[in-house]
Amino acid sequence: MVENRPWVTFLSHAVLIAGVVVVAFPLYVTFVASTLTLDQIVQVPMPLLPGDHLIENYSQVLTAGSTKGSSAAVSTMLMNSLIMALTIAIGKIAISVIASFAIVYFRFPLRHFFFWMIFVTLMLPVEVRIIPTFKVASDLGLLDTYAGLTLPLIASATATFLFRQFFLTIPEELAEAARIDGAGPIRFFLDVVLPLSKTIIAALFVIQFIYGWNQYLWPLLVTSQESMYTTVIGIRRMIVGGDAANEWQLIMATAMLALLPPAVVVITMQRWFVKGLVETEK
Amino acid sequence: MAKVTFRNVRKSYGSLEVIHGVDAEVADGEFIVIVGPSGCGKSTLLRMVAGLEVITSGEIAIGDTVVNRLEPKDRDIAMVFQNYALYPHMSVYDNMAYGLRIRGKSKSEIDAAVQRAAGILELAPLLARKPRELSGGQRQRVAMGRAIVREPKVFLFDEPLSNLDAKLRVQMRFEIQKLHRKLGTTSLYVTHDQVEAMTLAHRMIVMNAGRAEQVGSPMEVYENPATRFVAGFIGSPSMNFLAGKGAGAGKVALGHGGIVRFAEGQVETGREVVVGIRPEHLEVVDPANAFFAGTVELIEQLGADTLIHVAHGADAAVVRRPHGDSLETGAELHVAADPSRVYLFDPQSGARIR
Ligand SMILES: Nc1ncnc2c1ncn2[C@@H]1O[C@H](COP(=O)(O)OP(=O)(O)OP(=O)(O)O)[C@@H](O)[C@H]1O
Ligand SMILES: [Mg+2]
Repeated sequence: MVENRPWVTFLSHAVLIAGVVVVAFPLYVTFVASTLTLDQIVQVPMPLLPGDHLIENYSQVLTAGSTKGSSAAVSTMLMNSLIMALTIAIGKIAISVIASFAIVYFRFPLRHFFFWMIFVTLMLPVEVRIIPTFKVASDLGLLDTYAGLTLPLIASATATFLFRQFFLTIPEELAEAARIDGAGPIRFFLDVVLPLSKTIIAALFVIQFIYGWNQYLWPLLVTSQESMYTTVIGIRRMIVGGDAANEWQLIMATAMLALLPPAVVVITMQRWFVKGLVETEK
Repeated sequence: MAKVTFRNVRKSYGSLEVIHGVDAEVADGEFIVIVGPSGCGKSTLLRMVAGLEVITSGEIAIGDTVVNRLEPKDRDIAMVFQNYALYPHMSVYDNMAYGLRIRGKSKSEIDAAVQRAAGILELAPLLARKPRELSGGQRQRVAMGRAIVREPKVFLFDEPLSNLDAKLRVQMRFEIQKLHRKLGTTSLYVTHDQVEAMTLAHRMIVMNAGRAEQVGSPMEVYENPATRFVAGFIGSPSMNFLAGKGAGAGKVALGHGGIVRFAEGQVETGREVVVGIRPEHLEVVDPANAFFAGTVELIEQLGADTLIHVAHGADAAVVRRPHGDSLETGAELHVAADPSRVYLFDPQSGARIR
């Protein structure tokens, strides 16, 4: 805005600051709790200044896990989550970029039918088809495996659709120029389409990484061994009963750790992410 | 380098035929312009030479090879597109080098070819830039650079200048001419701009609704149009057409009674014809010698020339005069033309009556 009215500026800042506080305060409380002892946490009111058990709490969850509920080490869970999120993000992008390339650049029978079929699955997220999917996964012996964690989530109608829309904006003449230059479909894909899709791939990577990292229902179903728990499941499994029965300081430390990788991904890819959403290199 | 031959080339999209049998031969090293109004099938014809469209029937040959079934890359052609179609993520250098890289040329060969093309097109200072950092004219030069590095047998241009402003267009026209003089590569150039066609072409193919109406040098086409369409399309402002009837040997009577004399052709008395006369061939004369008289409706000053629009009832004509008349709208104007400058066309078929 180019208006210069002080009270408008003041008001808008006040609203923004209030918004930040609403979002940031629970995070702060989580962090504080992860640096206290259980006794300090269950006091009313809970202290709002960090305590001195930070290193102790974090090293305990990372190496040994909690003593109640799940006792898997959070480092294992983080690794599981990382493998799951990366496989899902990379897998989704790889599959959907190839699928949309086929749909946009090749004329094959039933092309539109296949596109609409993919499109229709947009309406069928995992939650809707969870029972049959579970049955298939279990029949294939995929329970408690990385394949079982990731494969059923890897096809992505959303990403396919986004890539298709993007490819449709690439001028046809570019494909024709490449044909005349002698590039076959694969060269064209690797040399022209992929580099042009860089920013949109980065944006999708961020979105899909967080989607994979935050998966709850599906990992809850397919993992039963502690060694296969993802971080999100681990947090759930640490909560065993009433308020005092849980080691809240460890749960909060795990929650803080669970926040880190998505935050790192968002912050490092932020520039690309925004670019991918708002502009294309054309 | 090679000649290009069209033998009864047709193109249909589904059941809709858009090219109705084109026959033409482009000589080795010739610069041919395909010109015609929007939608007449110029691009389609060019893209069939490039291999971007399937040829429905007939044959196109480059040199002695029929290319109907060859992939674009095997036809040894290069194409310059209207929107340049540069690879946006590659530098100017890489844009030009890409085709050579795919063909597996060595680094030093590629570098030599790119530097040579950059030299010819004065692109050397721009080689490291991305297309988006270039002006329209510079992009167009890069597109031409990409075409010439490969030293193809045939250049294809599809309205390469239509995205440029008027001044740049004239300059690029000149550069294309220079380039052709230097390289001598057979070129097919599509445009809807008849000035571009007249200035660039050795010969031109005037197309209308999927047919090649006339093939000839610019002056041939201008002085001897084969059809009423060609006569009206080539020349600016376009030719005046007046309805008339045969009135004895060498004479046609216009609707309002004026008698036009013509030098060429035979018209039976009473036959309906269309009389065509270019604005630059109409002269202002005394009422006694005039075959057309009308009221001045509009005067357009073009600087060196003046266009005078004259109307008489439904008949209208444009007269082109050197600057300097002191005419006013509303005045009465009497015009006539040299009989050798009068063209006659059949009103139904549009064919020239000779
Ligand atoms: N893919 C297509 N399907 C159906 N008809 C088409 C297709 N492409 C072109 N046409 C038709 O073919 C005719 C010729 O098209 P073309 O693009 O060759 O025209 P053009 O002379 O290049 O016109 P312009 O000067 O506007 O570029 C047009 O009537 C057009 O509608
Ligand atoms: Mg066209």
